[in-house]
Amino acid sequence: MTTQVSEPAAAAAPTGKPPKAPKTPRYKTTWRKAWKRDWQLYTLVIVPLLFFLVFRYAPMLGNVIAFRKFVPGGSIYGETWVGLRYVKMFINDPNFWEVFGNTMALGALSLFFVFPLPIVLALLLNEVRSRYFKRFVQTVSYLPHFLSIVIVAGMVMQLVSVEGTVNQVVRAFGGEPTSFIQEPDWFRSIYVSSEIWQTVGWGTILYLAALTTIDSQLYEAARIDGASRWQQTWHVTLPGIRPTMIVLLILNIGTFMAVGFEKVLLLYNPLTYPTADVISTYLYRVGLVSNNFSYAAAIGLFESIIGLTLILSANAISRRTVGTSLW
Amino acid sequence: MTTDPTALAARLDKPAGPRRTSLDDSRGYRIFRVVNVVVLLGVVAVTLYPFVNIVAQSFSSEVFIRTGQVNLVPRGFNLDTYKLVASDPVFWNSYFNTVLYTVTATAISIVLTTIYAYVLSKHKLKGRGLLVGIAVFTMFFNGGLIPNYVLVNGLGMTNTIWAIVLPNAISVFNLLVMKAFFESLPTELEEAAAIDGLNTYGILLKIVLPLSKAVLATMILFYAVANWNSWFQAFLYLDRADLFPVTVYLRNMIAGATSATSVGAVETNAVAISANIKAVTMVLTVLPIVVVYPFIQRYFVSGVMLGAVKQ
Repeated sequence: MTTQVSEPAAAAAPTGKPPKAPKTPRYKTTWRKAWKRDWQLYTLVIVPLLFFLVFRYAPMLGNVIAFRKFVPGGSIYGETWVGLRYVKMFINDPNFWEVFGNTMALGALSLFFVFPLPIVLALLLNEVRSRYFKRFVQTVSYLPHFLSIVIVAGMVMQLVSVEGTVNQVVRAFGGEPTSFIQEPDWFRSIYVSSEIWQTVGWGTILYLAALTTIDSQLYEAARIDGASRWQQTWHVTLPGIRPTMIVLLILNIGTFMAVGFEKVLLLYNPLTYPTADVISTYLYRVGLVSNNFSYAAAIGLFESIIGLTLILSANAISRRTVGTSLW
Repeated sequence: MTTDPTALAARLDKPAGPRRTSLDDSRGYRIFRVVNVVVLLGVVAVTLYPFVNIVAQSFSSEVFIRTGQVNLVPRGFNLDTYKLVASDPVFWNSYFNTVLYTVTATAISIVLTTIYAYVLSKHKLKGRGLLVGIAVFTMFFNGGLIPNYVLVNGLGMTNTIWAIVLPNAISVFNLLVMKAFFESLPTELEEAAAIDGLNTYGILLKIVLPLSKAVLATMILFYAVANWNSWFQAFLYLDRADLFPVTVYLRNMIAGATSATSVGAVETNAVAISANIKAVTMVLTVLPIVVVYPFIQRYFVSGVMLGAVKQ
């Protein structure tokens, strides 16, 4: 859950926050002066900064292996420059286009189902009169969020196995039991349903928070104008949580390409590759199982760049059209 | 903005939206409310079912599971599987590894996150914008799997605890939550302490941290649960079974039944680990979280709010 209104936006409009440090007149402090005054703060920052440089920025530079040829026994960053060789390789790789399609399909299905359901659930919870019942439903629906993905995968496999609950229901209706986890046709349904099961409750938190901030006078005014309950929801509640919806939508679009890598890796098998294999699992197999580091790095870089482009464009479009954006 | 988790949780409990009036008692709305409760109970049932199912299986005999007779209630009740798993030294070794990794990683993460967040909360600091940018950019762009793998290998961290505890030491989300909290603390206290001769380290340790117990507890919970649940780092960087955390142990157990080799012989293959053993291992792995969950849940909720809602 990363739902940050990022720094520049927050700095530009610090509304509603307690007043920060008293406004100091803006004069340029030289680095020498700043160091002299705040050297203790700067020394504190060294270790965390090293973390970011080593474990976050070094790998970004490490992507050079996507353009270099790796020779066993040689440098891990490759021995010779080969330019766009690996990029051309995946453009001509039919497997790549299959996993690209699968990634798009899973990403689109997740966006279509996983994004709106928390809104619906939050609206339903909001209509509950009894505090205790509301609390109870919330507590239960958050629970799956705290499970390891390994446990979730284990539960899913148990439920859809031949002797599992799903097949018992199928049998009860006179159907033939299926080994769902080995059927490519079923993978997307299994993936999306388990994703809904795990995230829908947790996803309501931010919407419920946004709902508490809606001015109750708006409801009164709407009621005086004769608005029905449904019209109040449509004209007051939904506009009230729109900024939250948009921020979460942008973030969802940003993670579009990175569809649940770990979950797919745990749930798929060679039989379901035709629908289950996504870019990240394919590059995992190419890179780490078959040891073709350069090729896999090229695919990974491509994936990250698409992800970054998606989030930047979603943010820009949103800022132009509805005026809400991450930064 | 309230920064105390309990206060925030209380605010969440407050009924939002329209107050009840006589206008609400229209027939349509009364029907809706009944339907709503039924729908929500359905959500509760669907959410809980997999848990109940696994627990029921863990107490059942393998025969009943294999014939699909275990749903909500154990069939052929016995504790033998628990005894079997509990007597397995490999399981306990994995369990111990998980505890070790979780404690170490959480400790490292808390220290690094706290000091970076504290520095970022100092608005007068020159270069602060750059420091924030360095962290935030990594939320939107990352090096990718292969360069990370090459790096961890290159640093010689494979098959050591460092491969688990260092690469994800700082979560930017948690960092921003803490930063928001520190920013909300009154600056006067720190200024007074500075006048009394305390240096930056002293202020952080003696003034700021004692005031930040709530957010520190939240952060410890966030990191601890994430570490307890994580498996991929270990799966990637550890080859020796004696180093595996329990999640990887469990993953291998589950994967054993559905790996490529067993696909042909669907149900009656010999390598399949019996369903009740899997169920017991899953129950034991998830147990610590489910036991503390009711107590920690509200802190998580308010932590998420703290980081996310700025209005």
